[in-house]
Amino acid sequence: MKLIAAMSGGVDSAVAAARAVEAGHDVIGVHLALSSNPQKYRSGARGCCTVEDSHDARRAADVVGIPFYIWDMAEEFHEGVVENFLSEYAAGRTPNPCLRCNEKIKFAAVLDRARAMGFDGVVTGHYATTKQGPMGKTLHRAIDISKDQSYVLSVLTIEQIAGAIFPLGDTEKVDIRKEATARGLSVANKPDSHDICFVPSGDNAGWLHDRLGTEVGPIVDQDGKEIGQHKGAYTYTIGQRKGLGLSVPTIDGSPRFVLKIEPKTNTVVVGSREELAITAMYGEKPVWCGPSVTSTPTQGFVQIRAHGQALACTYYFDGRQLVANLESSLLGLATGQAMVIYDGDRVVGSATVCETSA
Amino acid sequence: MSIYLDHAATTPMVGAAIDAMVTQLSTLGNPSSLHTPGRAARKDIEQAREELSKIIGCAPSEIIFTGSGTEADNTVLKGFYWQGTKQSKKVVVISAVEHHAILDPAHWLAEHEGAEIIEIAVEKNGVIDLVQLQELVATRGKEIAVISIMHANNETGVLQPMAQVVEIARTFNIPVHSDAVQSFGKVSINFHELGLTALTLSAHKIGGPLGIGILVLKRGLELPALLHGGGQEREIRSGTLNAPAIVAFAAAAKAHIPSDEIRQLRDHLIAGIMKAVPDCYINGAGDRLPGIVNATFPGTESDTLLLLLDGEGIAASTGSACSAGVQRPSHVLLAMGHSDRTARSSLRFSLGATTTRAEIDRVIAILPAVIERARAANLR
Repeated sequence: MKLIAAMSGGVDSAVAAARAVEAGHDVIGVHLALSSNPQKYRSGARGCCTVEDSHDARRAADVVGIPFYIWDMAEEFHEGVVENFLSEYAAGRTPNPCLRCNEKIKFAAVLDRARAMGFDGVVTGHYATTKQGPMGKTLHRAIDISKDQSYVLSVLTIEQIAGAIFPLGDTEKVDIRKEATARGLSVANKPDSHDICFVPSGDNAGWLHDRLGTEVGPIVDQDGKEIGQHKGAYTYTIGQRKGLGLSVPTIDGSPRFVLKIEPKTNTVVVGSREELAITAMYGEKPVWCGPSVTSTPTQGFVQIRAHGQALACTYYFDGRQLVANLESSLLGLATGQAMVIYDGDRVVGSATVCETSA
Repeated sequence: MSIYLDHAATTPMVGAAIDAMVTQLSTLGNPSSLHTPGRAARKDIEQAREELSKIIGCAPSEIIFTGSGTEADNTVLKGFYWQGTKQSKKVVVISAVEHHAILDPAHWLAEHEGAEIIEIAVEKNGVIDLVQLQELVATRGKEIAVISIMHANNETGVLQPMAQVVEIARTFNIPVHSDAVQSFGKVSINFHELGLTALTLSAHKIGGPLGIGILVLKRGLELPALLHGGGQEREIRSGTLNAPAIVAFAAAAKAHIPSDEIRQLRDHLIAGIMKAVPDCYINGAGDRLPGIVNATFPGTESDTLLLLLDGEGIAASTGSACSAGVQRPSHVLLAMGHSDRTARSSLRFSLGATTTRAEIDRVIAILPAVIERARAANLR
């Protein structure tokens, strides 16, 4: 096949490209420039958007022996990921930008462009696997569960999964580093990236403050009684305990948690740990990674964080929302996060949490 | 079949230059040393300097060897500005389509040294607005430290009316510099006949080696140095003289560039492009370099075109790339009235001495399919 390898400048995408070449594919390396004003150097754990990273990607492509180009996706990234990130926070939700990036950039803009140019698919260094079976090509967890990235890939449609190649899903991360060393890739020991790539300081709250402004508002308890003030509701996340700065203690001295963020009234609602508990979640804008979920309740698992636990549940689609009823209750779930449904290790689909219930 | 159509970026070294360079590489001696080997190296350099001076139309002593065209541009622009400030001349005049080697030092001077940069606009055809220049000189002539207008544009090949620029500047005795990196060797240039104050040249655009440039600077003029040290080149440029590169520069300059043949191939390419892609248009008109074709293909992205052509073994070029390698809309095309979108849909093919008709035919043949794919891949 003729493939585009998306090369961030990290070890994973470098080895993925090398493996694709070895598998006999005709591969071209592409580094996505996602910032119109890139930093010169990588700092900390944020890395894929600096000039240094694009240099690393270029050198990896040299070692692998494939052509290398840079694609300017800054405009698409800003519109599809950064603006979405801001508007979600402004609306009191907690978005996952990596998921949006896969949905809007890597497997949409890049894959569409690649296909139009005559390529068959896109290779990435994501830790996930695909399988060919009676349901067609399906998306599954990686062998290395600690690195599994199927959660952030759960926004891929069947069409997109058909054009996605994940050569690393069958290998443990530690072995990928060894393989990179053996292949002579200089990025073999480059640290993993963790933080949000477009927040160069790593200070999310500060970054949001700069862009959304600081509007002081009340922190109230479940009865609506004001017990403190906040500096911008959007910097809080449901389930958050630290940094509330409340001066009125609870009667029994138990800690308070953020229960709800109401952007319209700029109010943060806090309450006890018990009040955080939910047993059902509802998601909008569902994407199915295989056969569509029906209205028939089905046993499975739901995952609500990139590296969180899979929680046993019964799920169904009521024609409007994806619903997951949990077997045991869960403490704190922010709206805006993705709820990803698994059938064993297969990703069934995902939706954006818009509501929860106790 | 690998087809190289990026000769304006760099072009193959000619055999005579390679021979001269290799011979000199095995010759011992620092040209500034006083002993026999030193003097021998110096003799080779001075011989090369004289040969070059005849071709350029300047005195040998007017040639200052630099490490690149960029260095020559920086030296001349900053130097004339700093000289000018002594007489309260703080205006630096450039064109809107200068190479970054002029554009960036100019803006650096504005940001760090208090210069006022005035850009002369270009017409749609890429030629500078002489009326604007005339009016500017008439009203603010006494404040102008230097005028720097490129001889030919590197992206479109459009030649600028340097004789008229010199004429306009004469009334106030304003120094006029021209970056002739692209045009030297391809169209006739004579430093003295043009009446220029300074001129920038580079070896690797005419079949010489990388890493050697020339600043031609009128006799008797002094400029502050950027590089201080041994004072080798008129105290304006220090650094051990690069004898192998200098002799190779002279050898390349003496070699004939078949400009007429290149011009014919260029016209053949333009005709072919227009026929293959009827809605495309050629950027720049009037007097142009023989080897450059800059075309806009509406509905495409130039980096997609470049990738697809590269996949077919054809090396072309987009405008200028930033340090991260990301394509930016060319400031040259923007100055000529393009929008961001159409500037980003443009490609430069540049032909050289090694270009053949078969290569051009192959490009013309492959172009429709490449354009079609690029249009499909344009999601914006």
